Amino acid sequence: MRGYAGKFAEIDLTNESVKEVRFDEATLRSYIGGRGLAAKILWDRLGEKWDQVDPLGPENILLLLSGPMTGFYPGGRLCISGKSPQSNGITGSTVAGEFAVELKCAGWDGLIITGKAKKPSYILVKDSTIEIRDAAHVWGKDGKQTLLKLSKEVREEFNKKYRERIWREPAMVYIGPAGENRCRVACVQAKWAHGAGYGGYGAVMGSKNLKAVLAEGTGPLPEVYDQAKMLELLDQVRKASIANDVWRRWGTGYLGYYVGNVQSSEPVKNWQEEWHDEKSFAVDQFESRVWAKRYWADFGCPTACEKLSVVRCGEFKGAITDNPDYETQAYMGTNLAVFTPEANVYLNSLIEDLGFCGIQVGNILGFAAELYQRGIISKEDLGGVELKWGDAKAFAKVAEMIAYRKGLGDILAEGTYRAAIKLGKMKGKDLLQYAVQAKGIGIGAHGIRSGLDYPQLHSYTCGAQGGDHTSVAYLPITHPSSEHTTILMDSGVYCMFNSFSVTPQFQIDFLNAVTGFNISFDEWYNVIAMRIIAIQRAALLIGGPDAKWFGTDINPPRFYEPLPTGPCKGKAPKPEDVEKMNKEYYKTVGWDEKGVPTSETLKKLGLSNVDTILKKKLGL
Amino acid sequence: MSTKHVWITRDFLRCSGCRMCEIACSLSHEGRIWPDASRIRVFMYAPGIEFPHLCAQCHDYPCVEACPTKPKALSVDEKTGAIIVDREKCISCGNCIRACPGHVPFLHPKDNKATICDLCNGDPQCVKICREAGFDCLNVVTYDKGQGEALNYRVYARDPKAIAEGLTELMFGEKMEV
Repeated sequence: MRGYAGKFAEIDLTNESVKEVRFDEATLRSYIGGRGLAAKILWDRLGEKWDQVDPLGPENILLLLSGPMTGFYPGGRLCISGKSPQSNGITGSTVAGEFAVELKCAGWDGLIITGKAKKPSYILVKDSTIEIRDAAHVWGKDGKQTLLKLSKEVREEFNKKYRERIWREPAMVYIGPAGENRCRVACVQAKWAHGAGYGGYGAVMGSKNLKAVLAEGTGPLPEVYDQAKMLELLDQVRKASIANDVWRRWGTGYLGYYVGNVQSSEPVKNWQEEWHDEKSFAVDQFESRVWAKRYWADFGCPTACEKLSVVRCGEFKGAITDNPDYETQAYMGTNLAVFTPEANVYLNSLIEDLGFCGIQVGNILGFAAELYQRGIISKEDLGGVELKWGDAKAFAKVAEMIAYRKGLGDILAEGTYRAAIKLGKMKGKDLLQYAVQAKGIGIGAHGIRSGLDYPQLHSYTCGAQGGDHTSVAYLPITHPSSEHTTILMDSGVYCMFNSFSVTPQFQIDFLNAVTGFNISFDEWYNVIAMRIIAIQRAALLIGGPDAKWFGTDINPPRFYEPLPTGPCKGKAPKPEDVEKMNKEYYKTVGWDEKGVPTSETLKKLGLSNVDTILKKKLGL
Repeated sequence: MSTKHVWITRDFLRCSGCRMCEIACSLSHEGRIWPDASRIRVFMYAPGIEFPHLCAQCHDYPCVEACPTKPKALSVDEKTGAIIVDREKCISCGNCIRACPGHVPFLHPKDNKATICDLCNGDPQCVKICREAGFDCLNVVTYDKGQGEALNYRVYARDPKAIAEGLTELMFGEKMEV
């Protein structure tokens, strides 16, 4: 097997034991790694009792997986998965950084973490040795403190213990207080301002009493199938990425003005509007006011779409974050009517310290502010906070209430979907009309109403990962924006932002050069990607124990309200057009009229077992 | 007649942390992508202040001085000024690491032999990729052996912790415990 370290570690936190797990070549060829392999592992182990598994219970499995392309293709990432506490399905959530590269260099393709530790713990992977250690001294600490303390402690221990040298910091993923307190909108973090947000796996880590995982590998990356070919392709993709000036210069940051102003597709005040003309929020303002480092990159990346932002003076002094990238410019900015770069950087820095996904917590904060605007929740409900649009300090206070589950924060910590239902019952109102989510996952900052941005009418209704803007249902399925394509990035486990300058075929060629799998374009789209989506779809439809999604392929009500402002004023999709797109998509991917993968489809994909369980659970 | 030696300049604030230098170095020296065996290593004691750490070719070569074998395992390449390790002769004693003001050398993860930047015989691969990507953290300059600025290069042989501490202050405007 080429491109793989060849083994996975199964870490049982309950019994404090570690064992090796291997997958045969046929399995790896069928599921690749990362998101694809996560679907396979989760289904095999939990499929039969899927609706009974509490995502925040010890029976859930937390997966930290690399892919065969990790470390080779520019832009190293790690895929995190498990049963999602947001959707109750399976999300392959990736985060950039060196962790997965260190893991592979240590001889592991991934970690399969089960059970629940008796006390706060962290895992240390040092080459072939894996230890579960006490994390009492960092439990409760914020993101930046956690990283600095643990990373220093471990590298200083290495300096004393191992081969003479100055040791570098081990790579690390961790959670903040939000994850510890099992907020469903908590992410798994890396470095700073890096997070695996979609899915809510920070809460899963917290539920397992797992504060962090550190990895240090001193070996080489695995051998590849055809190194000469791989190096030739590597040179090509690097050159193409370097030539792609837009991403290099601005990262996604330039979209903060563009998607709002030009495309009318950016959330403003909890999506009440999607257009703005705030030039104060244009990328040049970030560039000239807060970017302390112009190019900030992760392993092997020539694009460096990340920028390091630091506020060095004024009321938000001390705030540190990335670009902020488009999503968090939008969700921690326009969605809250915050239109100054420093305030945006401050809010991002704060929620990263608390351990939130910027998209998910921005979604719930916007939701709460709209309820405040409409008088549905009061200052008293919010412990004295006046949650007015644009007031960054007020949003910061509510974010803290959520992280520590104080007052109303305890309900908001459940995420927009669950909070809307719970609060709606308390207030006797339908609050789901203000919840901009799909399948329990807050929708990424790319709307569908103007029709000018990339998502299509059915992108979020049929997507295997709900509101995830990086994994959207799309026709034709071979389009670069389609989740059939992005699954390759999530399963090969590398960065999407080094894929824009090359074709999907190029990336399949790269996968083949690394693994020797000899997968064709047709096999990728019609068999492998389809198979992974089919499992994810089955898990999503079954859902449980609380939310289930059979028969709910709908956009949030807000997406049918005509846009109130901007050049696209009045635009909104018609429900029947969405329904038409749903049906067309179902047909293309082999699902029946109700959106259930047909027996024929599942059998063809080698998933008879999924078919049996799915039909039984749905009572079909 | 003076000899032109080669030196790699390092502009820490321009390091993106991409580690393509490590990839290039290990591919060139090991035939594999092997970050831990790279002669140039990017440190990240605090995110955002990544910087490369590599040999500074001190004009008085304390590492070569400290090498105890006879003849020495470490020698200076007359052409480039780089330190060349004779792996056959190296006894893995670690004297060179301790003698280096920046503790730059390390023992190779495979066989514990002293490992130091050899300047790729005057054409450093790490510099090439850094410049191709336009990050320009690394650059190559030439200098007259034992003259002028060459006497100053050795100050770059500094402990990574000291470099990191300085950079956090510069980048974040305050001290950070690293």
